[in-house]
Amino acid sequence: MPGAARPVQRPVSPHLSIWRWHITMAASILHRVTGVGLYLAAILMTVWLIAIASGPEAYAPINLLLTSWVGQVGLYLLVASLAYHFAQGVRHLVFDTARGLKPVDADASAWFAILFAIAAPIGLWAFLSFGR
Amino acid sequence: MAKDSASSMRTPLGRVKGHGSGHGGTGHFIGERVSSIALIILGPWFVITAALEMHDPSFVSALDFVNDPVNAVGIILLLAASLYHMCLGMQVIVEDYIHKPLGKTLLLAVNFLLCIALAAAAIYAVLHVNFSGD
Repeated sequence: MPGAARPVQRPVSPHLSIWRWHITMAASILHRVTGVGLYLAAILMTVWLIAIASGPEAYAPINLLLTSWVGQVGLYLLVASLAYHFAQGVRHLVFDTARGLKPVDADASAWFAILFAIAAPIGLWAFLSFGR
Repeated sequence: MAKDSASSMRTPLGRVKGHGSGHGGTGHFIGERVSSIALIILGPWFVITAALEMHDPSFVSALDFVNDPVNAVGIILLLAASLYHMCLGMQVIVEDYIHKPLGKTLLLAVNFLLCIALAAAAIYAVLHVNFSGD
């Protein structure tokens, strides 16, 4: 009501027009997105196992896919999604013990999960290429 | 249910419509966490072992990898934990976004049945590779 004096300055609910992105929100959304991605990956892994059990002819298209750039990008995203969901899962298990919930800690662990997801597939590739 | 609205937090309308806890949430919560703890071990194990033991994406490499007792048991455990975990996770996503009763019920049923079917097919495939004897 215009003109009415507010007795106490109470926090107002967030307005979508002035809402800003913050890292814990992005982390939460990414957790769900990578979860759906890994759901698809589990379907593809089942197809992969059925193809192995079915023989070389059934496996040929999978070999083709894995060696194509689409397959290579897909594998990078798969390992990144798994690494992210893994780090984020550990983060949530820590949250369940009522630890790490202060904004500064939650922000730091969210950044860690995202950076870990980017670094893990590169690290795995580097280890396989140069580490042995 | 004999509580009157003065002593209950629920509104009279909410009580009439019968909405409220389904009393199945605790099992869901614990199941999700226990399977996630199993996947902390099984997920990295699979990625690292598969990357180390399969030198190329060929059929022979894949067959050699799966045709191994430890790898076979590991893959079956990974799939069992993953499919259980993702069935619970997708259930939450459907319940969050789909509110029409028919669509929600259908999607929940498809999710549940798909996870069971994937588990049966994948475990059969792993056993077939290991026990077909050639």
